[in-house]
Amino acid sequence: MPAVEYAGKVFEVNEEGFLADSSQWTPEIAEAIATEVGIGELTDKHWKVITFCREDAAKQGTPPGLRRISKLSGVNMKELYQLFPKGPGKLAARVSGLPKPQGCI
Amino acid sequence: MKNLIIIGAGTAGTTVANHLQTKLPSDWGLKVIDPAPRHLFQPDLIFLPFGMQVAEKMERPRKSTFRRGVEWLQQEVSAVDTDARQVVLDDDERLPYDLLIIASGSHIRPEETPGLLGEHWQKNIFDFYTLEGATKLRDALAEFEGGRLVLNVVEMPIKCPVAPLEFAFLAEAFFTNRGMRDLIDLTFVTPLDGAFTKPLAAKAFGSMLGDRGIKVETEFNAAEVDGDRQVLRSYDEREVPYDLLVTVPTHMGAKFIGESGLGDELAFVPTQKKNLLAEGHDDIFVLGDATNLPTSKAGSVAHFQSEVVIENVLRAVEGKSLVDDFDGHANCFIESGYGKAMLIDFNYDVEPLPGSYPLPVIGPMALLKEARRNHWGKLLFRWVYWNMLLPGKPLPVTNHMSMVGKKRNGPAGTSKSEIAA
Repeated sequence: MPAVEYAGKVFEVNEEGFLADSSQWTPEIAEAIATEVGIGELTDKHWKVITFCREDAAKQGTPPGLRRISKLSGVNMKELYQLFPKGPGKLAARVSGLPKPQGCI
Repeated sequence: MKNLIIIGAGTAGTTVANHLQTKLPSDWGLKVIDPAPRHLFQPDLIFLPFGMQVAEKMERPRKSTFRRGVEWLQQEVSAVDTDARQVVLDDDERLPYDLLIIASGSHIRPEETPGLLGEHWQKNIFDFYTLEGATKLRDALAEFEGGRLVLNVVEMPIKCPVAPLEFAFLAEAFFTNRGMRDLIDLTFVTPLDGAFTKPLAAKAFGSMLGDRGIKVETEFNAAEVDGDRQVLRSYDEREVPYDLLVTVPTHMGAKFIGESGLGDELAFVPTQKKNLLAEGHDDIFVLGDATNLPTSKAGSVAHFQSEVVIENVLRAVEGKSLVDDFDGHANCFIESGYGKAMLIDFNYDVEPLPGSYPLPVIGPMALLKEARRNHWGKLLFRWVYWNMLLPGKPLPVTNHMSMVGKKRNGPAGTSKSEIAA
C-alpha cells in the first residue's frame, strides 16, 4: 500500500488515496487532503459535511453515499458539487478519512 | 396457528414460498402478498428493445408459479406495523405475523429526476426496466434514423448493474447489423468513475466500449433533463445533448418500506450481511433487491440468498440459532452483442475474475470473456428459471462463491477470501 505524509506524519492509503485506517483521521489530515485534491481551504459548510460523514459512518458502519449526505447533512446536492467538485460522494469520504462509499455495486 | 407472511412474489419471494410450503411445520400458515397478476421474467427485458424476445413469452400467470397450497393474496401492502407485528393492506385489513419475509424488490422512480416524466416521456425518452418502457423503446429504436443515442444511469444502486452495459453493446450491434452504425453517436453516461463498479471488470468492459466506438462520460450525476432542448444536465453543470435518451432512473424500495420507517434514504431495508435479518428486528428477514446489502441487485443474488433465508426461517421456527451463511455471492450474464455474452461471478470480498464457471445443468461458462456458449447459457437459463428455480426444485449449485476455475494475478494465498477460507 502506498504511504502519504499528512501534517508531518506518514499514513497508509489505498490506490485511490483513501486512508487505510479511518481511526487515524484528524481534522489536520482533512485539511491536508483538501489541499492535495484541490479543494483548498475548508469552509464551515465543508466541515458540516465532514462532521456528518464521520458521525454517520460511526453509527452505520459504512460511509454515507451521496444521496444520504444530501438528504441528511443539511447541505443540498448542488452545494455538495460546489464544495467537493466532480465526485462529492467520493471526495467527501476521502477528506473525512473514510473508505470509498460502497453504495455503487 | 402461527403465521409466516412473505411480501412480494418476484424471484426471491416465489422461490422462498415454494420451498417453505413443503418444509414448514403443520401449525404454521404461509401467505404471499403481491398485487401483480403476472410474474415477469425480468432478464428478458434487455432483449425486448432489440426484437430479440417478445413480451408474450416473458410473463406467466402468477398463480401458475406457486406450488399447490401456497396462499397468494393479490393485494397491495400499505405498511408494516412492527410493534403490533401486523402487515397492513391497502384496504386497511391487518394480517398478524410471527415471522415476516420482505421480498418487495426495487422499482424505478423516474419522478425523482426533474424533466424525465413529462411530455417527452416515451416520445424520445425511454426506460427499459418495465415491460411497457421496453416495448415502446423497441418501436422507437426500429424507427430511429440516426443521431445521438444517450444511455444514462441516473444513480446507483440499480437492479442488474450490468444491464446498462448490455444495452450499450446490444445497441451497437443492432445498428451495425442494420448497416447504419455510422449514423449513430452512442454515449454511455454514468455516475461511476468507470464502466462498472469492480476494478478488473471495469477495465475489461471499458476497453470493449472503446473498441466499439461507444463514448463514455463518467462521474456524471444527472440533476435534470431539459426535454425541449434535448439536453441531460449534471449537478456540476455539464450537458450531454441527445436525440434519443434511454434512462435507467433512480431505483427505490417499495413505498410501504419508507412509510413504515423500515428503510434507508432509498427505502431499501438495512439488512444484516450474513444472516439476512432486518437490522433491529429478529422476526423480519429481507432478501432480493429489497435489501441495502453491498452486492448486486440481481436474480442470482436472490437465489443464493433464498437458501440462507429458508434455512434461517426454519431455524427461527424451531427456536435455534441462525446461520451466518450469505457471502454476497452474485453471478451475471452480460450480453455483448453479435450472439456472444460474458459471465461474471463475485461476492462481498472477491471481485469478478477471469477463468471458468461450472454452471450446473447448463455447463461450463467462460468468465469475464466473450463467448458464444455464454449467450446460449443465458437463453437456456429461461428454462431453468421457470422449471427449476421458481418451483423450488433442488439446483446443484453452491450458494457460496467458489474459487474453482478462477484465475487470479499475483502470488497465491494473499487474497482476503483465501485467508478467510
